[in-house]
Amino acid sequence: MKEILSLDHVSYTYESEDGESRKAIDDVSFTVWDGEWIAIVGHNGSGKSTLAKMMIGLLFPEEGSVNVFLEKLDAENIWDIRSRIGIVFQNPDNQFVGSTVQDDVAFALENNGVPFEQMVPRVHESLAQVNMAGFLDHEPHHLSGGQKQRVAIAGALAMQPKLLILDEATSMLDPQGRDEVIKVVDDLKRTTGLTVISITHDLEEVLLADKVIVMNDGKLMLTGKPEEIFAHGEELEAIGLDLPFASRLSRYLRQAGVEIQGEHTTEEELVNELWTSHFNK
Amino acid sequence: MLEKMIFGRYVPGNSFVHRLDPRSKLLFIFLFIIAVFLANNTMTYGLLLAFTLLVIFISRIRLYFLFNGLKPILFLIVFTLLMHFLFTKEGAVLLDLKIFKIYEEGVRQGIFISIRFLVLVLMTTVLTLTTSPISITDGMETLLNPLKRVKLPVHELALMMSIALRFIPTLMDETDKILKAQLARGSDLTSGTIKERIRAVVPLLVPLFVSAFKRAEDLAIAMEVRGYRGGEGRTRYRQLNWQGRDTLVIIIFIVLVAALFWLRGGS
Ligand SMILES: Nc1ncnc2c1ncn2[C@@H]1O[C@H](COP(=O)(O)OP(=O)(O)OP(=O)(O)O)[C@@H](O)[C@H]1O
Ligand SMILES: [Mg+2]
Repeated sequence: MKEILSLDHVSYTYESEDGESRKAIDDVSFTVWDGEWIAIVGHNGSGKSTLAKMMIGLLFPEEGSVNVFLEKLDAENIWDIRSRIGIVFQNPDNQFVGSTVQDDVAFALENNGVPFEQMVPRVHESLAQVNMAGFLDHEPHHLSGGQKQRVAIAGALAMQPKLLILDEATSMLDPQGRDEVIKVVDDLKRTTGLTVISITHDLEEVLLADKVIVMNDGKLMLTGKPEEIFAHGEELEAIGLDLPFASRLSRYLRQAGVEIQGEHTTEEELVNELWTSHFNK
Repeated sequence: MLEKMIFGRYVPGNSFVHRLDPRSKLLFIFLFIIAVFLANNTMTYGLLLAFTLLVIFISRIRLYFLFNGLKPILFLIVFTLLMHFLFTKEGAVLLDLKIFKIYEEGVRQGIFISIRFLVLVLMTTVLTLTTSPISITDGMETLLNPLKRVKLPVHELALMMSIALRFIPTLMDETDKILKAQLARGSDLTSGTIKERIRAVVPLLVPLFVSAFKRAEDLAIAMEVRGYRGGEGRTRYRQLNWQGRDTLVIIIFIVLVAALFWLRGGS
């Protein structure tokens, strides 16, 4: 498998006026492989956005190195690497640069000097990929939050990136908008093999991931498959994270003396075990 | 409301005027404003007025929208007219009202100046009604492009303009939200002395500014990660194309100026 991105013993400290500086990122290492969906979770201020900013070269680590597409990220190759990574941020309004949907999708293409003849088909394709093909001339204030975020994804896709980073891209959306966005990313991942790093508070998104990275106070606390992560229920709750309903219920049941074998993250799995458990005795 | 003043103006359509390249329209309006000052007699003012009405007719703008654009300036026109009626004392007396007399020249000058105003305002209104703000920005950018040589940051100005236009509705919504939030907290903007009212506006402006700065910062980051490095080496998605009808507009202008010179009274 090909390596897409790796952090190698990365640390970062923000300079603060009061002199009291705490590491925002403290010795974090991990590798992201081609085609993976990674979820990064952690409480507020645990350093998730700082990580994202380092991946796209908005911040450079004080210690360690960030490698993207097997190249060490530095001031030299930063524009080239940015053109191959898409990133979508939290606030749908504050990242809409163009005056209409199509202008916004074309923004990165314009910046990278893509000729006009290639821009038009790419804009249309990208918008079709996020199910926004019919909105070419819409203005941002006539779109819902979910639609704006999908346009932002299309804007990233227009550059045909290998890696898409979502920094809480769904956290300001209503449930419907969130579902639309998650579905679009999920489809993309399946059809194009896009690598996705999604920073999120949303449990549904976490469950879709191949691998979860849990951040706590700038340190990498846990990493593993979603089921493995949610097996550490108490530790996660101790650092202020939510658990899926099924995980929480399994734990309470266990505490109450009900024998439960596996780790369940969906209600269906749990129900399946519960209604068959009697026979297994 | 402010949104209507700025945006309610552009009315999409498909007339000859709508389909013109923004560059030819801008160029035409700019030159037309200068040409208006060539008029100095009944014939030339008549020609300008007739031409303007013809343009309005061709652009198929609903008169309601046009009148809306005219409203703020109507007072000025009436005022100039009255001033001339009252204070120009040349030519034969037309009307003697004991207290004051209205002279022929006063009426003539008043009407001429009013037509000049009217024609200028009508023409620019036609421009803003038939051209979207973003097209105007695009047109300006390309027309001003030669000024890059004298270090005028044309691209940056145009980008600023288009971002400002794009964020106006967003900030309007925000103002509205903050206003309602403050009203719900008992802030009163509609009564009290001027000093009190000004003081009541502060809690409105502070959050608005804070959020605008936050937005600006986010936007700058979003632009940077999408590869924005200034105008150098950038291609354009919005293409302007100059067509036969745009050249025609310039020819029409030349004919108009020739006619104005020809009909102009010697002075
Ligand atoms: N520009 C900055 N200047 C100083 N300190 C900062 C800055 N940005 C973030 N920090 C601090 O760095 C730490 C990590 O912040 P970061 O934004 O990466 O957290 P996060 O995990 O993204 O949080 P959230 O879930 O709220 O988005 C926090 O303690 C934060 O206060
Ligand atoms: Mg964050």
